[in-house]
Amino acid sequence: MKLNQLTLKESIDALDKKEVKIEEIYQAVDQACEAENSKLNIYLSTNKEALNQAKAASDKPLRGLPIAVKDNFCTVGLPTTASSKVLEGFMPTYESTVTKRLQVNGGIIYGKTNMDAWAHGSSTETSDFGRTLNPRNPEHLPGGSSGGSAAAIAADMSIAAIGSETAGSIRQPAAWCGVVGLKPSYGRVSRFGVVSMASSTDSPGPLTKTVEDACILLNSFAGPDEKDGTCNQEKAPDFTSFLGQSIKGMKIGVIYQDVREIGETNEKLLKELEILKELGAEVEIAQAMDPHHAIGVYTVVQRAEVSSNLARYDGIRYGNDRSHFGDESKRRIMLGTYTLTKGYADKYYNLAQKVRTLYLENYKELFSKYDVLVAPTSPSYAKKIGASFESAMFGELEDMLVEASSVSGLPGINVPFYHDQKTNLYLGANFIAPMWQEEKIIKIADAFEKNTKWNSWRNK
Amino acid sequence: MSYKLVCGLEIHAEVKTASKMFCSCKNDPFGASEPNINTCPVCLGMPGALPVANRKAIELTIKLGLALNCKINLFSKFDRKNYFYPDLPKGYQISQYDIPFCYGGYIETSEGRVGITRIHLEEDTAKLSHQDIDLDGDGELDKATLIDFNRSSVPLIEIVTEPDIISAKQAKEYGQKLRQIMRYLDIADCDMEKGGMRLEANISLAKDGQAELPNYKVECKNINSFRFLEAAIQYEVDRQTKILENGETPIQETRGYNPETSKTFSQRTKEDAADYRYFPDPDLPPVEFTAEQVEAIRAQIGELPEAKTKRFMADYKLNEKVAIDLTKNKTESDFYEKIMLAATKEKIDCQKIINALLNKKIAFSFADSVEQIIANFKEANTSENVGDGELQNAINKVLSANQDAVEKYKAGKTAIIGFLIGQVMRELGKKADVNFVKEKIIIALG
Repeated sequence: MKLNQLTLKESIDALDKKEVKIEEIYQAVDQACEAENSKLNIYLSTNKEALNQAKAASDKPLRGLPIAVKDNFCTVGLPTTASSKVLEGFMPTYESTVTKRLQVNGGIIYGKTNMDAWAHGSSTETSDFGRTLNPRNPEHLPGGSSGGSAAAIAADMSIAAIGSETAGSIRQPAAWCGVVGLKPSYGRVSRFGVVSMASSTDSPGPLTKTVEDACILLNSFAGPDEKDGTCNQEKAPDFTSFLGQSIKGMKIGVIYQDVREIGETNEKLLKELEILKELGAEVEIAQAMDPHHAIGVYTVVQRAEVSSNLARYDGIRYGNDRSHFGDESKRRIMLGTYTLTKGYADKYYNLAQKVRTLYLENYKELFSKYDVLVAPTSPSYAKKIGASFESAMFGELEDMLVEASSVSGLPGINVPFYHDQKTNLYLGANFIAPMWQEEKIIKIADAFEKNTKWNSWRNK
Repeated sequence: MSYKLVCGLEIHAEVKTASKMFCSCKNDPFGASEPNINTCPVCLGMPGALPVANRKAIELTIKLGLALNCKINLFSKFDRKNYFYPDLPKGYQISQYDIPFCYGGYIETSEGRVGITRIHLEEDTAKLSHQDIDLDGDGELDKATLIDFNRSSVPLIEIVTEPDIISAKQAKEYGQKLRQIMRYLDIADCDMEKGGMRLEANISLAKDGQAELPNYKVECKNINSFRFLEAAIQYEVDRQTKILENGETPIQETRGYNPETSKTFSQRTKEDAADYRYFPDPDLPPVEFTAEQVEAIRAQIGELPEAKTKRFMADYKLNEKVAIDLTKNKTESDFYEKIMLAATKEKIDCQKIINALLNKKIAFSFADSVEQIIANFKEANTSENVGDGELQNAINKVLSANQDAVEKYKAGKTAIIGFLIGQVMRELGKKADVNFVKEKIIIALG
């Protein structure tokens, strides 16, 4: 086995036992990148000082291990473009809270990963610096917008990765690349220094090889931040403390079984969830509010926030002027501007906020009966390259199953639940829990991962 | 046909807090030693930077609202006001749209009550300065606009009145009272020349007896003194009257005021009025206060100028004019009060010592100690002991030597007594109490 294929936990253990040297891990990751990056287009920039920084971090929790970071986190010394030519060559003067804490805890930014420009999309095909390919099958897309970070894990081009999700941008690429993606509760992780997409739902989080890795990485950067007024002021728990716990008696509601677009995926999921019953949990089909409405809510709210958040790129500052915005960004800016215009705000923005409240109420009711809800993360396997250009609403359709929970701020985790031998592609399950109760999804996802054969690192 | 003024004011003032509205940068736009030193990613609007609201600025806004008899919204929020301008690095200004911190207050003036519609809090913009600079080094000056972000995101309070103002003079009085209260509360310095306080007037005219508001409104901006405010409103009254008398309606527009010509001038018509696409700022959680917290702020207000004037009249037996004079400025009024307290102890008439100070009979500065000022006053007013006989002799002597003055006095020219007092004093060669001498002369004159 190559050292770049180690999980985060295995790497830490191997370093502690002095079975491997940090240089050897870097060497293996470097080799994977040299072999594959020009083809897969995962990293937009890499950190030339990574190994030197790693050597100085050997006594810290993350031991100097290489972490891939999505290119919308402001990083001093590394360009930050959010995959848009508008920000081409932009060198931030300050560090995002997440990457600052990552480094304090001994995580090294190995490189900045490709994404949909401004995180607008679910394919990583709308990047102004070229699409990223799915390492599991390069004829397919990695999903997005954190597609570069998900692909970095699937290709073993880093030990762990950080992405951000507004509605599906961590979990959907994780599903398509067959990796673990954890979207924490909105406000669990500081947004300070993350190029804003839709401020009311943006949530940074880990993309990793295992649920355990996700907990280790999340521990390094979650928690209160006085620089983000929307950040939860309560101390974050030790997420690793929820690993290896019994799930006996936990109640799991399987939702969206009646959504006809996902018939086949639903069937497979229901079958795979049987293992949770064997482990003592109660699993039953539950009725949730139609996820199609969430597309409308999310589209209106997110576009409105985008149109305002992108206004600062006015051509006076930063790399390039506004003509460098891609088609997807222009569509979103126009739609958002329209929905906020006088006379239309009530029809769109304010109505969307009301429907958002209906989802919150629906979840409240569901969680009075169930500890955790589960559905497929994405309707099907990773789409083929070029698919995102076929529909202006591509992302929203692919993210339909996670959007309701995103606009509600809930925590969710993607774990692989099926592998197609022929295409080498994966399906992912999305477990969600009430606000601040990451504990519940971690317990279930960890138990599921350890007791099924679908995790490619646990079953090497 | 005669017309009456219908006028409302919108006044902005930069709030005196240690740090800016949404970041920890120093709030010192006028004191900064050079441009762009009090800046950070937040007030520069850098990618990913997030605002965090300054609680102190919010409390000061509520304090002002309470002092101006406002009601307070216990639940409030910040909204984004979206528009493009080079002095606005985020492409939107964080302001308040439909739920301001304060609403429904008033200020009393000598011409009636001026209702306060709302008081809200927002962030100031950066400062543009248009200069001619050789940018490309070709030896010729180029037109350039420089941006100083020291002012960017400084807390800015906006006080909006009802269209209750009926004269240019009342507008000035309202503005002066508002400024006085803000200074009393130490909320804002209100330095108008530097732009620390900015005045805007909405001016229109209604027919006498017309109850409803006029169907047009002229907004007058860039006014940087109360004198100019009064002049601008008066100019508009005259200008609009002429238009209305011609059977026309003044154009709805924004006008500036030129102090050199004392005239207003058209800046832009309202037809291209912006749609600011307000929506709640998702970066800032709603702001909530409990009724107890509001009462705790109310308790900090202290004595306001009008109450202090009345108290000075009652406690120190001052006349109204002097009491108003003394309470114009809080620091100075506190200084005068210390003197009056000391004077009362010494059984000195407060009105007397204050008159002596105000009329510069006694030289003093606000740095002087109270003891020193009291001592100086006493010194200037000590009358040496003058025997009754001694005084009577002097008066008799002066009256017989100045028969013409005595005649004049008896003919009704009583002011001549001042001359006689002076003569008696000289004759005495001593410092006698003026009032006492005067009294005796009047008796002698019969």
